[in-house]
Amino acid sequence: MRDFLIHNSQDNVGVVARDVKPGETLAGETIDKRDGFRLTARQDIPLGHKIALKDFKVGDTVIKYGEDIGKVVAPIRAGEHVHIHNLKTKRW
Amino acid sequence: MEAPRIMGYRRENGRVGIRNHVVILPVDDISNAAAEGVGRIIQGTLALPHAYGRLQFGEDLELFFRTMIGFGSNPNVAAAVVIGIEPGWTDRIVQGIAKTGKPVAGFSIERSGDLKTIAEASRKAFEFVQWASELQRQECAMNELYVSVKCGESDTTTGLASCPTVGNVMDRLMALKGTASFGETSELTGGEHVVKAKAATPEVAEQFMKIYNQYNEFILQNKVDDLSESQPTKGNIRGGLTTIEEKAFGNIEKLGKRTKFVGCLKPAEAPAGNGLWFMDTSSAAAEALTLWAASGAVLHLFPTGQGNICGNPIMPVIKLSGNPLTCSTMREHIDLDVSGILTGELTFDQAGDKLLNLMVRTANGRLTANEALGHREFVMTKLYRSA
Repeated sequence: MRDFLIHNSQDNVGVVARDVKPGETLAGETIDKRDGFRLTARQDIPLGHKIALKDFKVGDTVIKYGEDIGKVVAPIRAGEHVHIHNLKTKRW
Repeated sequence: MEAPRIMGYRRENGRVGIRNHVVILPVDDISNAAAEGVGRIIQGTLALPHAYGRLQFGEDLELFFRTMIGFGSNPNVAAAVVIGIEPGWTDRIVQGIAKTGKPVAGFSIERSGDLKTIAEASRKAFEFVQWASELQRQECAMNELYVSVKCGESDTTTGLASCPTVGNVMDRLMALKGTASFGETSELTGGEHVVKAKAATPEVAEQFMKIYNQYNEFILQNKVDDLSESQPTKGNIRGGLTTIEEKAFGNIEKLGKRTKFVGCLKPAEAPAGNGLWFMDTSSAAAEALTLWAASGAVLHLFPTGQGNICGNPIMPVIKLSGNPLTCSTMREHIDLDVSGILTGELTFDQAGDKLLNLMVRTANGRLTANEALGHREFVMTKLYRSA
């Protein structure tokens, strides 16, 4: 069982494959099973939501699918929940 | 791979359908009552009430006629009865459908009234239904089916599992010289450069970017905020999607890894040949599915994350989901569970095999979830106010 998944090895966020709790040590891998990662969750993150793989500061770019999916609007630490409270579109 | 064999209905113009509907098409909103009257009297017919068809003009009117004529012309339709308030536009739709060679007849209400119109149209519908019920399925090939793809109520599992499963099948169907269409113009935002790179020629790429930019301009002109509850939707956000860019990259997974698209279509326009076609559509499910059915698509592949339950009256919609919560809590809406991709128990090739198998069974007559539950959303795209 993989706790979280990553689309592309360049990504700086993953997607949790189950509900996770703070303090849990998580095993993740890229969808092609080529690269593996270990990470400690810092917050409750529901199934399908994003987890930060690194620390971000305001203005940083979040990469998923190897592509730019938006800008960071509040500081994020590795293992925290990444969603509408700290990530915004650059487009609209 | 050889094209899987399916049992379909080969229509008068050679096109292959997988359903055998006799439709009762109201030309306009005020003819809905008569069309639904016929639908109630003659069993086995399908009335398609809708909200438009009066005082439309220009490009909006052209799209209206394309949609109505396209619905009647779809190979999943055996015969059509058209009922309008007056004979002019009624006949324009009848003549358009008649080009396919299938049985079609028109009736108008002015100078007759609803009751006489219902009586006369019911006699014709009776004749069509008995004729259609004797048509036999024949062996055809999967690559003779025109298939459309669109996802809805997406979440992050859509991009991880259900959309790449469709992409896996897309690559196989296109290698077999099948015909398919994708769209959702606004929902490619952030990933439009990736779609552009999938165009077969520089001309197609340029045409795509022109259509994309026009749609994006329209959004920029009308928006009052960052659309953060419309695109992504509240449902998308609940499922973990945060930005339109993130949603777009999941969406684009449906196009496959190797497939290039060969051309761009106006809303409800039929593809001119085989290959994958981009259609300029809204990203709202019922509107987009209606446009594809009007363009002649006979089967739709619909990945969903949080559980969009949309269907279409004449085109079966196969729902697949990679979200284990959705697959368990909304089981009756999901035709194929690909959540094994998340756990690592299912590969994309295996999921693609399962989807292809379900497409064959659906083509052969198995009712999809949307058909069994009566999800027949018929929603026309309206470009602007009527005159």
